[in-house]
Amino acid sequence: MEERRVAVSRRKAYYSSKIKRAVHLLFYRRHKKPGVKGWELRKALGSDYPKVLKILDKHLKTLDLQVKTVFEGEKPVGKPTLDQLNKARFCVTLRGELTPKEAKMIGWRIDDLAGLAVALTYIISKKGKAQRKEVEELLQDKLPKWKVGMNVDRYIRYGYLTQDENEQLYLDWRTNTEVDQKALIDLVLSMET
Amino acid sequence: MQSKRTQRKLGREKLQRIIEMCRSVEERSLDPFLLDVNEVISVIKEYFPEWELPEDLCLDAETIHHLASVIKLQSEWVRHRSTSLYTDPFLLEEKLRRISKENLVELFLKAWHPTVELQQISLHSLTEAIKYWKRLLPLNERWKEFSPEKIEVGLATREELIKQRILGDKPFSEELEDLWGKLKRTVETKGEGGKIRYWDFIGAETYEETVHKAFMTSFLITYGYATLEIYPLDEEMFIKPYKKQLTKIGEKQLVSIPIAVTMEDWMRWKRGELQ
Repeated sequence: MEERRVAVSRRKAYYSSKIKRAVHLLFYRRHKKPGVKGWELRKALGSDYPKVLKILDKHLKTLDLQVKTVFEGEKPVGKPTLDQLNKARFCVTLRGELTPKEAKMIGWRIDDLAGLAVALTYIISKKGKAQRKEVEELLQDKLPKWKVGMNVDRYIRYGYLTQDENEQLYLDWRTNTEVDQKALIDLVLSMET
Repeated sequence: MQSKRTQRKLGREKLQRIIEMCRSVEERSLDPFLLDVNEVISVIKEYFPEWELPEDLCLDAETIHHLASVIKLQSEWVRHRSTSLYTDPFLLEEKLRRISKENLVELFLKAWHPTVELQQISLHSLTEAIKYWKRLLPLNERWKEFSPEKIEVGLATREELIKQRILGDKPFSEELEDLWGKLKRTVETKGEGGKIRYWDFIGAETYEETVHKAFMTSFLITYGYATLEIYPLDEEMFIKPYKKQLTKIGEKQLVSIPIAVTMEDWMRWKRGELQ
């Protein structure tokens, strides 16, 4: 009985130290993009890092945060393999929603955020790519012309969008990490106008 | 024969048009089903036996390559339509135009979960920074290495420039006229038919002197004091002085003739092997 208790407390101490290490890795930005690759976590935390992240996610739930997994390419159907996890990027995102007031407090003006929503929705509807000119024309409907170009550049700089040499816009890593694309489309469609 | 050539020309034009069409679909996100793949394949098949030149075969391969890209886009289009993300873009665009900014932000916030990221200095990076600061030399010591030496500014005399070999001891025009005179005298004594072999004129006791003479001789020719007669088949080259400087050389098309004056040639000339 005593032996069992010792083993449990040892395991708790083991995971507790691993969770602390995972928090350091996930919260503090180490690369150009926030988040850590699966193989980096495996190197730092050991091969059972998916379990460590699962426990951390439970802890973060009380703080309205979550550990987000962004897979390379499309999201796998069913349980992801270890190889898929190693290649994926992990980061901490908000679990719930921000209020418009809070969004303003983290540096987003209502116009800029509405512009981002329009640009993302339009590009999603066009199978993930659209001409910059088309997106700008749509934004000019409600935003001043001089601001539109600057805003699109800002979305590119932040990593929400990316642009190729033909001025074609695509969804970038931050959209894949932060935006629930299906929910966004459903919400726009269900909005009564 | 004529009809075959016309047929090929027509085929090339058709393939070019197909490539252009595929490109517009690829680059402008047009509906990939605008292209009738079966019809394109039949055109490619029809003209394939005509192609003989590598350029035409390349054009054929390029057409197939672009067609494959469009087929890939068609498959992506079908896949996207079958996913839950598919909605009619026109319907969505219309909705976006009608929703107010405030409502749009409200619904976006429901689908947006921004990343939590901290950028803060740690004790470790502070220690590293202090170590670096300690090792860093003061600016005045670092910049000393790069500061250029102070040089007194003054005027150089002609003698000094001659000494540094920037100028010759005679003015250039004077040196050129002297060489012209020398050329005329050499032609009179050693030449035949008012001309002398090029190497017999520029060849001197040392290689440096030879190069210098060749350099000056090029100006003699450029400025109309002499001309070159070249016999490529006999591999012979003569230099022929004019009695008077030709000033109307600009009326003819001037050509540059590169002449290599190598050490090997000079040694062969010295041994009398260069005829």
